[in-house]
Amino acid sequence: MELSGSEIIIQFLKDEGVKYLFGYPGGAVLHIYDALQNQDDVIHILVRHEQGATHAADGYARATGKPGVCLVTSGPGATNAVTGIATAYMDSIPLIVITGQVPSHAIGSDAFQEVDAVGITRPCVKHNFLVKDINKLAETMKKAFYVATTGRPGPVVIDIPKDITAPHIKIPYVYPKQISMRSYNPNLKGHPKQIKRAVELLLSAKRPIIYSGGGVIIDEASDQLRQFVRKLGYPITQTLMGLGAFPGTDPQFIGMLGMHGTYESNMAMHECDVLIAIGARFDDRITGVTSKFCPHAQVIHIDIDPASISKTIKADIPIVGGVKQVLTEMIKILGNARQSPDKAALDIWWKKIKSWQDQKSYAYEQTDGVIQPQAVIEELYKVTKGNAYITSDVGQHQMYAAQFYHFDKPRRWINSGGLGTMGFGLPAAMGVKLAFPKKDVACVTGEGSIQMCIQELSTCLQYNLPIKIINLNNRYLGMVRQWQEFFYEKRYSHVYMDSLPDFVKLAEAYGHVGIKVEDPKDLHDAMKEAFALKDRTVFLDIITDQEANVYPMISAGKAHNEMELSPLQQEIQASLRAKGETV
Amino acid sequence: MRHIVSLLVENEAGALSRIAGLFSARGYNIESLTVATTEDRTLSRMTIITNGSERIIEQITKQLNKLVDVVKLQDFTEGNFIEREMMFVKVKAQGDGPRAEVKRLSDIFRARIIDVTDTTFCIELTGSGEKLDAYIKAMHENNVIEVVRSGSMGILRGEKSLTI
Repeated sequence: MELSGSEIIIQFLKDEGVKYLFGYPGGAVLHIYDALQNQDDVIHILVRHEQGATHAADGYARATGKPGVCLVTSGPGATNAVTGIATAYMDSIPLIVITGQVPSHAIGSDAFQEVDAVGITRPCVKHNFLVKDINKLAETMKKAFYVATTGRPGPVVIDIPKDITAPHIKIPYVYPKQISMRSYNPNLKGHPKQIKRAVELLLSAKRPIIYSGGGVIIDEASDQLRQFVRKLGYPITQTLMGLGAFPGTDPQFIGMLGMHGTYESNMAMHECDVLIAIGARFDDRITGVTSKFCPHAQVIHIDIDPASISKTIKADIPIVGGVKQVLTEMIKILGNARQSPDKAALDIWWKKIKSWQDQKSYAYEQTDGVIQPQAVIEELYKVTKGNAYITSDVGQHQMYAAQFYHFDKPRRWINSGGLGTMGFGLPAAMGVKLAFPKKDVACVTGEGSIQMCIQELSTCLQYNLPIKIINLNNRYLGMVRQWQEFFYEKRYSHVYMDSLPDFVKLAEAYGHVGIKVEDPKDLHDAMKEAFALKDRTVFLDIITDQEANVYPMISAGKAHNEMELSPLQQEIQASLRAKGETV
Repeated sequence: MRHIVSLLVENEAGALSRIAGLFSARGYNIESLTVATTEDRTLSRMTIITNGSERIIEQITKQLNKLVDVVKLQDFTEGNFIEREMMFVKVKAQGDGPRAEVKRLSDIFRARIIDVTDTTFCIELTGSGEKLDAYIKAMHENNVIEVVRSGSMGILRGEKSLTI
């Protein structure tokens, strides 16, 4: 088969099983767009901004586990994609970004729409390529997919000069089914001796805790995690990125940990004697101040990336390997072990955890006339029966969603954890909806975040993507305002979103349905109505309590046992103390 | 502590900047870095001299290993290895006395004079970093016109080797 560079790109994507290509045309990719016209296997989704393309592809990848693919032009096309690339990089999401480049002979001449895309993206990709020879195009694309999807996944950029895609230069094409790279061999298997040692340590624990992260979801190891946790009977806490890997409604799950995690999970972290980290990387939002992190614990750390191990927290038993394989081995060893968990010690430990749980750290006061943001997520959870795919932007609403939507399945909770990218939620929801058109997909956002990629409402109309936007509108950049309240004596510097648009009219202008909710009494019906409108994109603009805070909170420089508690929890704590019922 | 890390990397455009970029992005120190192709033209050999705590060095080697262009890497510091650096020095050499003095010093250091004018000598010297420092010191600062140093390169002693 003789194909041009452009045709090779499209044919390769087809052969690789790529269904959707999120992109935006421009000069350097014109040849490719011309070739796109002649086929209907790879469906192109025209976004309204290249950032939207990367987030949409990212959302698709997070929901399906398959790589998300984007096509953008040179110069501004590439720079606009950088935020999305960095977002995927921080959360280890397989993303392929094809950037057009000025013709080979013009590279380095400051040509129109020229940037050094490979240079600009280098620090935020797993790897990147500049294709200099059409004969290496297919092989390079295969390498890109291979690198992006194996080991610790991540984004890969392929920069393709315009002359490589010229229609009149045709070469023979064969789909490279397999590729090997001498410099890239991810280690997937944990060391058997280390695994055995880890199980022995786990079984000797008196106050154990299992701390799992996004790695479990990436490695499709939810079943193994569930078996492992069940077998041990230990409490499990999950990171923001790990939510859903273990069922959120299971009694062994004691809530998310970290900066806005539950009281019980953070206290359990602080007091545990054995900690097993599974596919988690001890991010600073998880650890609090590292010098006071888990002061009594011996640490087992399973991670596919050796560089994650002992980076911030020293691992006593490091295990480099894929989570699924290592957990499978551990379950096998546990099945044959003569020793079993220390039941008596575990009973005492669970009792202590229950006493922390009794303090109800997520509790908030319902108010008449004013909608509490937490109540919105609880309503969303009820109306969707916990089955929706939830994307989010970044800020308070993100934390409320993580706290109050109990994810029972992996890949249902889609948010920018590492980079914290506002503007992620809406385009990510588009990617999810394309992957699962029959499922409910909601984007939990705020009036700040949503305006960062609001133009994608237009894409939603063009491709009929009936997602539900749950806008927690508190007229503040809520999380920044909360920090200014706590740490800057309420000096609210530039956090009031003055001159907000009328979101209902805005949604209508884009051809969608807009519903404004101000009274708590109307919340349930509005939510029901939004999800009942199966084939419409609905923008629920929900006016919430302006100064609600996210609790508990571990401030900078503080340890897990030094959380700021909500006023309500402090009351509960005091009354439990008075009754002598607290530890 | 000072570490000497030796790498085999794909001889591809951008490989060097990936490595240099890693050091600057993560705030690691680079004392010197040398790079050139090997007998296999598809591979470059690189020697990096860096310093940091054990923890930092562990991160540096792990992060370097993570780069897709890095084929193989070894921290030589703990092992048995040879380290050498090369230097060119251009010095003032005018009048019989000073010229004889430079020549005498160069003989002591086993340096070679590789270029001569009426007023200058250019000297080539190979050795450890300390030896090169000592030579410059002996040469007296105000006589030195120009110094060009290669940065260190290293190789393992004995039968051990860093090859693929």
